[in-house]
Amino acid sequence: MATPFTDTAPGGAHSIRPCWSCRGPAAGDAAFCETCGVIQPPGQEDHFARLGLERRFDLDAGTIDRAYFARQRQVHPDRFARRAPREAAIAESRSVSLNAAYQTLRDPLRRATYLLELAGHPIAGDGKTIADPELLAEVMERREALAEADSPEAVAAVAADARHERVSAEAALGAAFAAGDYPAARRHATRLRYLGRLAEEARRRSAMRAA
Amino acid sequence: MLLQIHEPGQTPQPHEEAGVAIGIDLGTTNSVVAVATDGKAEVLRDADGRGLVPSVVAYPDTGEPVVGEAARRTLLDEPDRVVSSIKRLMGRGAKEVQALAGTLPYRIVDEASGGMVHIEVAGRRLSPVAVSADILRALKARAEAALGRSVDRAVVTVPAYFDDAARTATRDAARVAGLEVLRLVNEPTAAALAYGLDREAEGLYAVYDLGGGTFDLSILRLERGIFQVLATGGDAALGGDDFDHAVAEHFLARIGGAAPTAGEVKLTLATARLAKECLTSQEAGEWQVELANRRHPVRLDRPTLEGLIAPFVERTTEICREVMAEAGIEPAEIAGVVLVGGATRVPLVRRAVASAFGREPLADIDPDEVVALGAALQAEALTVGSDTLLLDVTPLSLGIETMGGIVEKVIPRNTPIPVSRGQEFTTYQDGQDGMLFHVVQGERETVDGCRSLARFELQGIPPMTAGAARVLVTFAVDADGLLTVSAEERTTGARQRVEVRPSYGLAEEEMVRMLRESMEHGADDMQRRLLIEARVEARRVLLALAAARSADPELLPADEGAALGEQAVRLEALLSGDDRDAIDGAVEELERRSQSFAQRRMDKAIRLALAGRSIDEVAAETPGPAA
Repeated sequence: MATPFTDTAPGGAHSIRPCWSCRGPAAGDAAFCETCGVIQPPGQEDHFARLGLERRFDLDAGTIDRAYFARQRQVHPDRFARRAPREAAIAESRSVSLNAAYQTLRDPLRRATYLLELAGHPIAGDGKTIADPELLAEVMERREALAEADSPEAVAAVAADARHERVSAEAALGAAFAAGDYPAARRHATRLRYLGRLAEEARRRSAMRAA
Repeated sequence: MLLQIHEPGQTPQPHEEAGVAIGIDLGTTNSVVAVATDGKAEVLRDADGRGLVPSVVAYPDTGEPVVGEAARRTLLDEPDRVVSSIKRLMGRGAKEVQALAGTLPYRIVDEASGGMVHIEVAGRRLSPVAVSADILRALKARAEAALGRSVDRAVVTVPAYFDDAARTATRDAARVAGLEVLRLVNEPTAAALAYGLDREAEGLYAVYDLGGGTFDLSILRLERGIFQVLATGGDAALGGDDFDHAVAEHFLARIGGAAPTAGEVKLTLATARLAKECLTSQEAGEWQVELANRRHPVRLDRPTLEGLIAPFVERTTEICREVMAEAGIEPAEIAGVVLVGGATRVPLVRRAVASAFGREPLADIDPDEVVALGAALQAEALTVGSDTLLLDVTPLSLGIETMGGIVEKVIPRNTPIPVSRGQEFTTYQDGQDGMLFHVVQGERETVDGCRSLARFELQGIPPMTAGAARVLVTFAVDADGLLTVSAEERTTGARQRVEVRPSYGLAEEEMVRMLRESMEHGADDMQRRLLIEARVEARRVLLALAAARSADPELLPADEGAALGEQAVRLEALLSGDDRDAIDGAVEELERRSQSFAQRRMDKAIRLALAGRSIDEVAAETPGPAA
């Protein structure tokens, strides 16, 4: 098989690779060969490109869902049950890569983490430690509030507060990404992660109470 | 996007296998078979109009096993020859079912070799796969009688909460029964499909599925033909059977006396089931239980029944709350609750569901038949085509045991499938040349809280210092929810030999023997399938060549075109014959003869791209918003 040719021309880097079926040229990121119409294996494109979405943080859930559904409708292996086994296997690998993209982009925190990676500003050490003293103080304060919550209402209040703060952290993240301020985006993403954990812990606490 | 004009399925593909595909709900207590035509599904019934086939098999001394109503009648006279509730043993080990041993109405054989549990009935040693295959064979026969044609493909449903071993066992049983499984579909998803298509429902739906032996709660989003499972949870050992056992124990305790025999237990269970069913519509009743050849009258009223089963019902609503909380969904957001499974007829269950979700549940499609109807619709979608699409998730987390018995999760639960995910592991000793992996499924952090799926060993790791090797273990779950594991040592790049030993599978030889015994025409079927695949592949190559020729006619010189045309005609002619090798050979020859044409087409595209006039310029411009 020929080596894929990469076009590095400005204004949209894309590649041409041979279609596995008709062996003619196919666009590197196209789901189907435009000559013979046969499904193509997933290429090297990023998760945003896989879903045909702009590379940005501000994406609403509905937009991501619609892009995902439209593509799964075309490439899900169930659509290829009547076709040659090779086509079904390729459809499955395409469906797998769509699911990976959807899982990464649907969740705001994962989307932010991924964007930071793409931008070359990954969150260090998986974000398991907090270097920012201000955030550290906030996290400790909220944890204490949860630990001291001694009624279902008090736990619910901590959870509601965390949910509320997550919304504002997401807004701040959007602004930071829009401004290209990656250190700020990293800080807000770390904060979002801790608020998420807190909400999860509060959920577990109330589930335990209910049981 | 411009490229989306190429709708899959638009290129004409031959319908080699125009045969009909059926939908099967293989239940713990009852099974149902259905077929769909033009988006309308119908349950296939017997001469008396009964759609339910009791999942009961009787093994007479001579002759074929008896399945269904007739087997259930045998229960009264010869309880020791009859097997029921076999689904609870699918993919289970002997130790695991020990807890059920007192309640299961048959003898468990202690399996020295490990693997899937076997049972002994009427002097035969049977695997759950073999018993399930007998039920599936009866369903296949019913479908063939009703449709007047042979049936060899099916969509079979499984509880969403079924783990990998139980799914594999189900698929194997279908194979033994001579059915190709087009897709294993989760029961709640199938039920949603039946409701969604029938009622054109949109929004968030919960499916409360209380079967004979399993409970699942699934939350789905329905949106213009998409059935997206958002979350699922359940208990694989909780069901209507538990209600029967509670009632039977209540009866036996009331009567007292010596411990009942296995046969008496079966009969008491049957009476308990009858009492439970009667109390759905009446307030109280009296039945007879026979012990030591004496008849004992037993009374039961609805409040007592509800007291007996309340703990099980409470456990289901607890799971409902957990699943919703984890998915971040409030009960008020749910547009409808669908009831599935015969046990949802029990009034207490309906009241509990209504109070957990704050709305009356939907039960306008028969809860015993809704799953099979959905399976039939999916079978039609897969064989004929459809606009609907099921997007399901993994019900349980999949992971690997690491040092100290801690589980490293590779694929968390509720991940959309198909999915493939890798995780790197390393050696802990200098010069270590092999690694043992233990694949587990479950939510607990430690390995003893999870279920063992398989063990495998990676061998031939080149000698390195501890921690230097990079072994990538990849978990792939397909759209059936079935797991495949592979491993490779990355520093050498060579893929190593991996031997997977399923913890609760059947021995390979046993599976092969069953397949051989069950299908006299097994070898013929295989040959036919390979021939059909060769034809499908040949037609793909012919279509691809025709498309290429019409796209770039100027790149094909006349003599080369003539040679290609000649070979294409030769291949076409072979397609009406049965010679698979000749077809494969002609395909190869055609591909060889078209090689330079293909190369010229690539060269041209690259030249155009270099000149800045790429063929897909328009399509690949900027990744804009979704089309």
